[in-house]
Amino acid sequence: MTTPWYKRLSEGMSRSREQLSGQLNVLLRRGPNLDEQFWEELEDTLIGSDMGVSAVTDIVGRLRDAATRKALADASEVIDHLTDEIASELTLDTDDFLAAGPVTVLVIGVNGTGKTTTVGKLAKQSVDEGRSVLLGSADTYRAAAIEQLDVWAERAGVPIVRRERGSDPASVAFETVERASVATPDITLIDTAGRLHTSPDLMLELQKVKRVTEKRSDVPVKVLLVMDATTGQNGLNQAREFDAAMNVNGLVITKLDGTAKGGIAVAVARELGIPILRIGVGEGIDDLRPFDAKEFASAITRGV
Amino acid sequence: MFQNLSDRLQAVFKNLTGRGKLSEADVDAAMREIRMALLEADVNFKVVKELVAGIRERAIGTEVTESLTPGQSVVKIVLDELVTLMGTTESRLTLSGRTPSVVMLVGLQGSGKTTATAKLANLLRKQGRRPIMVACDVYRPAAIDQLQALGREIDIPVYRGADGDDPADIAAAGVKAAIDGMRDVVIVDTAGRLHVDDDMMDEAVRIRDAVKPDQILMVVDAMTGQDAVNVAKAFADKVDFDGVIMSKLDGDARGGAALSIRKVTGKPIKFASVGEKLDALESFHPDRMAQRILGMGDVVTLIEKAQDSMDADQAAAMEARLRTSGFTLDDFLDQLQQVKKMGGLGDMLKMMPGAGQMKELKDAEIDERQLDRTEAIIRSMTARERVKPSIINGSRRERIANGSGVAVSDVNRLIKQFEQTRKLMKQFQGQQGKKGKRRGGRGMPPGMRMPF
Ligand SMILES: Nc1nc2c(ncn2[C@@H]2O[C@H](COP(=O)(O)OP(=O)(O)OP(=O)(O)O)[C@@H](O)[C@H]2O)c(=O)[nH]1
Ligand SMILES: [Mg+2]
Repeated sequence: MTTPWYKRLSEGMSRSREQLSGQLNVLLRRGPNLDEQFWEELEDTLIGSDMGVSAVTDIVGRLRDAATRKALADASEVIDHLTDEIASELTLDTDDFLAAGPVTVLVIGVNGTGKTTTVGKLAKQSVDEGRSVLLGSADTYRAAAIEQLDVWAERAGVPIVRRERGSDPASVAFETVERASVATPDITLIDTAGRLHTSPDLMLELQKVKRVTEKRSDVPVKVLLVMDATTGQNGLNQAREFDAAMNVNGLVITKLDGTAKGGIAVAVARELGIPILRIGVGEGIDDLRPFDAKEFASAITRGV
Repeated sequence: MFQNLSDRLQAVFKNLTGRGKLSEADVDAAMREIRMALLEADVNFKVVKELVAGIRERAIGTEVTESLTPGQSVVKIVLDELVTLMGTTESRLTLSGRTPSVVMLVGLQGSGKTTATAKLANLLRKQGRRPIMVACDVYRPAAIDQLQALGREIDIPVYRGADGDDPADIAAAGVKAAIDGMRDVVIVDTAGRLHVDDDMMDEAVRIRDAVKPDQILMVVDAMTGQDAVNVAKAFADKVDFDGVIMSKLDGDARGGAALSIRKVTGKPIKFASVGEKLDALESFHPDRMAQRILGMGDVVTLIEKAQDSMDADQAAAMEARLRTSGFTLDDFLDQLQQVKKMGGLGDMLKMMPGAGQMKELKDAEIDERQLDRTEAIIRSMTARERVKPSIINGSRRERIANGSGVAVSDVNRLIKQFEQTRKLMKQFQGQQGKKGKRRGGRGMPPGMRMPF
């Protein structure tokens, strides 16, 4: 916990980098010949990042075209192009509502992705930037979820609206925005219970939370989806369903301090156009970083 | 959603006219589809390579028999191969005779360990054991409170250390508490940790060495992608574990990680966690998992579930699924397969809520060969045709008849029956809607007939 954040970030990021670039290096060492095997291995490597077969096939296909058209001579030029391609897929017209404000943010996602931790980190970050924060604990379902957010509120030194476990999440959200209309914080963050996007009841519950929040909130209401970097192709289903039900405005990809690369975010960006706003790189309160498309893409391909 | 593997292979083989052995070219085309299907299911790409090589070997020269289409033959090989890999029988939790036995749970952050701890305790108690749970996650805020709250819910004691205690000491004290409290099985919940975090991995080893578990189970999220192999390998090398609990299988993740983990570590999947409720822990069935990975649905599990605890919610969910499934020929095909697997239509209908009262279904006698023929006809349709049978014109009918080896009149009959059924269902739902009746109307509409 004593390691400074920038060091932890670079450690975390370089882990993913090392792995993939290790693989890419093997490709590179095979010489400048862009033979069939090169392309196949490149494809495998990208699939290994969870980008998904169709995104990979498409990106590699375009890359092959470019390699021919621009007469890219060797693997390293191809890799540079690849980085640019991925970065451009991830570059979306972004309104960073987490930095602007005033705003009310609903934090949603499947179970265990890091929602509560992200709320804690965002609270701390906002405070550090001199902005005022209010938290709302609308996860009234999971055992000790309220206590968990309480701890984060204390760590960040921000107020929290909470009710006992089992109360209606929409009414907690309502109470939170009601409080916000008096306290006028720069950012109001509402944590919600993890839920599978395949549960119609729980998705309806979430929609109700949003409806109620929007009705009462004096400031714009935004929806932040938290996704775990280790997620495979199901991430696309998640994003699709949450977006359909809630209209997702931004994404946080967590747990990038492991070896997972979060390639599924590329698939999500391609299909749904949802921008990544932050990345999570650890369990500490400061382990949240701004998203940078080039950096994210390089984290997948750098070192080559 | 993805097309399932059968459909894809059907498409690959649709130009295959001759009967006999599958050629290399046919097999190559099929292997591409299999590779895609496995990758989309999150099976690690290296594992996919090995699997496909094995499947390929078996597929070349496969006799295409009368009863199976080439696509079906290959699907069968793939399924066999996956089931063999995952272990042909469901594996059980083996606890030694010593008292208390100790089970330790490990895994990444957010994989579902704490919930799994409570579920496992609950399950073991149902089997006549007296469990105690030990809370060793001293890091995540309120993790200990979470386990305690779950313990209260299911009325199973939880041992927690004092603030600042070392997790290995807490675990050891937990075992002592079990002995004092006459508890015969200890389930140790640990903090989520990254496989690349050496300190935390060392801590897991220290906890292990302090309590010498009979079983260490790794909890893995069913949604895990390609990284599953790295994680599993690291946990196997450093901590070593005996089996896996796959969590969040109640979602729609295909769960290819199960395959990857088994392949790289040789460890069996022992339990499937299928919900947030504390009784949602089931034994793991490799055959169902194989079908799920290939996108062939999970209807068997669904039906079994409805059968052994026909609570209203579950029954409604099953019914909704079966009912909507009735609307396209595609989903209908899935049902058909399940029916065959379960040993006949009669049995399945008995399990459907509401079907018991229906006279015409009660005495349903279905000719198995008729089932095969119906299946063959639907299989010869394109994906679009299955969803929208109205586009099936004369020439399409002829093609379908040719492809499935039946007369055009058979195809006509099937489509007609299907359309009638669909109409009936609509009427039925319309009536339901008007009366505003949501309960009591479960089951199939009266007079509805399965189109086979
Ligand atoms: N290594 C790592 N762990 C993280 C990160 N973000 C969250 N976690 C951990 O992931 C676990 C789950 O985090 P939570 O914040 O409780 O997740 P959640 O989405 O609120 O979970 P539910 O409310 O139960 O659905 C905790 O152990 C966190 O410490 C991250 O960026 N890196
Ligand atoms: Mg939470």
